[in-house]
Amino acid sequence: MLELIFFSLLNGVVTGLLLFMLASGLTLIFSMMGVLNFAHASFYMLGAYFAYTISIYLGFWVGLIVAPILVGLLGAVVERYGLRYVHRWGHVAELIFTFGLAFLIEEVVQFIWGKDTKAYHEPEILQFPLFTFFGQNFPAYKAFMLVISIGIFILLLLILTRSRVGLIIQAAIHKPNMTAMLGHNVPLVFMGVFGVGCALAGLAGVIAGPALGTFPGMAFVLGSIVFVIVVVGGLGSLTGAFVASLLIGLLQTFAIALDYSVNDLLQLFNISFDADSALRDLWTLSLPQIAPILPYLLLILILIFRPTGLFGNRET
Amino acid sequence: MSEITKTASPATARPLMKTLLPWIGFFILLLALPNIFSSNVGLYTMNLMGIFVIFALSYNMLLGQGGMLSFGHAVYFGLGGFMSVHFMNYIEDGDFTFPMYLIPIFGGLIGLVFGIIIGSFSTRRAGTVFAMISLGVGELMAASSLIFVAFFGGEEGVSGDRTTGPDLMGINFGQDIHIYYLIAGWVFVTVALMYLFSRTPAGRMANAVRDNAERAEFVGYSQRKVRFVSFCASGFFAGIAGGLFALNFEIVTEENLNALTSGTVLLMAYIGGVGFFIGPIVGAVIFTLLQSILSNYTDIWQLYVGILFVLTVMYVPQGLTGIFMMHTAAWRMRRVGSLILPYLRAGIPALAMLTGIAAFLETIHHMRSSVEGETAMSLMGVDFDSHSFVAWIVILALVVVGGYLTRSQLPQLKEAWEMANKPPAQREGAGS
Repeated sequence: MLELIFFSLLNGVVTGLLLFMLASGLTLIFSMMGVLNFAHASFYMLGAYFAYTISIYLGFWVGLIVAPILVGLLGAVVERYGLRYVHRWGHVAELIFTFGLAFLIEEVVQFIWGKDTKAYHEPEILQFPLFTFFGQNFPAYKAFMLVISIGIFILLLLILTRSRVGLIIQAAIHKPNMTAMLGHNVPLVFMGVFGVGCALAGLAGVIAGPALGTFPGMAFVLGSIVFVIVVVGGLGSLTGAFVASLLIGLLQTFAIALDYSVNDLLQLFNISFDADSALRDLWTLSLPQIAPILPYLLLILILIFRPTGLFGNRET
Repeated sequence: MSEITKTASPATARPLMKTLLPWIGFFILLLALPNIFSSNVGLYTMNLMGIFVIFALSYNMLLGQGGMLSFGHAVYFGLGGFMSVHFMNYIEDGDFTFPMYLIPIFGGLIGLVFGIIIGSFSTRRAGTVFAMISLGVGELMAASSLIFVAFFGGEEGVSGDRTTGPDLMGINFGQDIHIYYLIAGWVFVTVALMYLFSRTPAGRMANAVRDNAERAEFVGYSQRKVRFVSFCASGFFAGIAGGLFALNFEIVTEENLNALTSGTVLLMAYIGGVGFFIGPIVGAVIFTLLQSILSNYTDIWQLYVGILFVLTVMYVPQGLTGIFMMHTAAWRMRRVGSLILPYLRAGIPALAMLTGIAAFLETIHHMRSSVEGETAMSLMGVDFDSHSFVAWIVILALVVVGGYLTRSQLPQLKEAWEMANKPPAQREGAGS
């Protein structure tokens, strides 16, 4: 039991921090422009694919640095020539634009790289078990993911709270017009934040690609989960995004690890039931089974009962 | 209220014949279509088209008329389909007797029930909150459908048999042509109902709430209730579309209520044009044509659809119907004829450029996906070697020359457009 909890905890934190890398960019973009970027996870996918292609020729470490930069530049271009243009048609059009972009990027990825899973692997230097605990190995690559994620989190926090750029960004989030009045180029700030957010997503893709697989559906798998985090954590709140990322990460790993069903609960109270009834699926429902729907359940409950999210102070 | 009666009065004042004429035309068109396209593929495509027309129109009740962007509309479509297919099986088992052609009613009812349940909490706000709740509900349902195997049938779905019900005048819907007329009948009735709904005070208030929720509240309407009514009606019609899907394909799977279907309906409605009642119909027809015809010729048709969608969102947010409707002013002044030549002058090179781009994508795709060493490919009836130098020169020439000529023709097109849309008085002044 202890080993189960220990490894679930560790895996949950790794997943959570990975999700945070995506969510941090998305929540900044969301709070600035008021647009939920549906294509955010697509940039994560592009990061993985770029890194895969680069790693073939130049190795993993070059990809780790170059791929996020490429994705960030692409994101800036999308903001400058796509989103800013669509802005004139209103909010709904912007949302639909990012949705269409997500669809298009998936098709383009399939066009360029094909539909099969790519053999994108972690570098050999990280292919060893870091430690063994109760006979179970903990791969070094996961520790590497953990270190990178924590590093990014600290860096982001320092930039946003300690530097002048961070100050301007925070001002632009809360009072864009006033910031523009003070002589700051707010559209440029928007473009920069969008680009950096996409670059972070790309970086997440680069390090998640070897662990979670590099395939055209990888954006779709993670995409909606990241929205859940942003909404649950609260609009524009990095702390909220951090807490929600860990929460979702732990929720998912623990729900998969702990194999309990409604049946067990009922037997605790000595209740039996008809095994053939139409509701039989309800009685045999187990935790691993409902693991994929838990985040969405959380999302709906939060939106109904606390629309500002856990740490937000504005309604979405 | 006075605003509504004012805008409504010219419509009622129109002669009855003029109001009914489009509907009579629509009816005749529905009857005539299977005689024109009588092949199996034609019938299959038209059946799918009819289902998607209802589905897209029901979606537009939310997006176009109510200003609610939904990312989970397939939930009602899929649930309607599952409910209908279960009832088909009950009829087959003889549990009760019910005419098969009315089965979609059950689909509609479950759509309505879920519309009431989900609408009761999701319609409080429009905009991003609504979009997020709809996305959450959609994902929730899609994930649940794999858990509750008894109702959703797991991965392989639930199948039924539409021929087992009591006959209708000797017809048991075994043939595709029968199911076509059945779908056509449902399309006619539901399209008429949805049109009438948009003319009721509830439909009009949905427009008002979409445009300015605050003002609508001051008039005395609760924005939440107005949205709720639209939402429920939309769920009902989506359920009917799902029921027809179940009747047509005799199988409903998890795929029918997942995010892909939700995305498809958004695509259809938006490409067609959400600002017009007829827009989603156009969108559904075009999308189905692309899906069933284009996919015969190319593997990457979804890439084209994606490009079309993004370009539509960026440059023509009023949709394809909007492009046609832009010409009403010129049409009224009888000047559309003067636009034909400029359109041809810009359109032919543009077509060449598009052909070049498509050929470029196809050739690249062929080079990457074909078997090693196989270089011969065929495109639009032209056979060529995808690795040859000549082919690439031709493609490049099409793109560059076509693009250049299109660009050079744009100023005259713009001029002609402005001429055609100038108010009459000014034209006379300029002419004399």
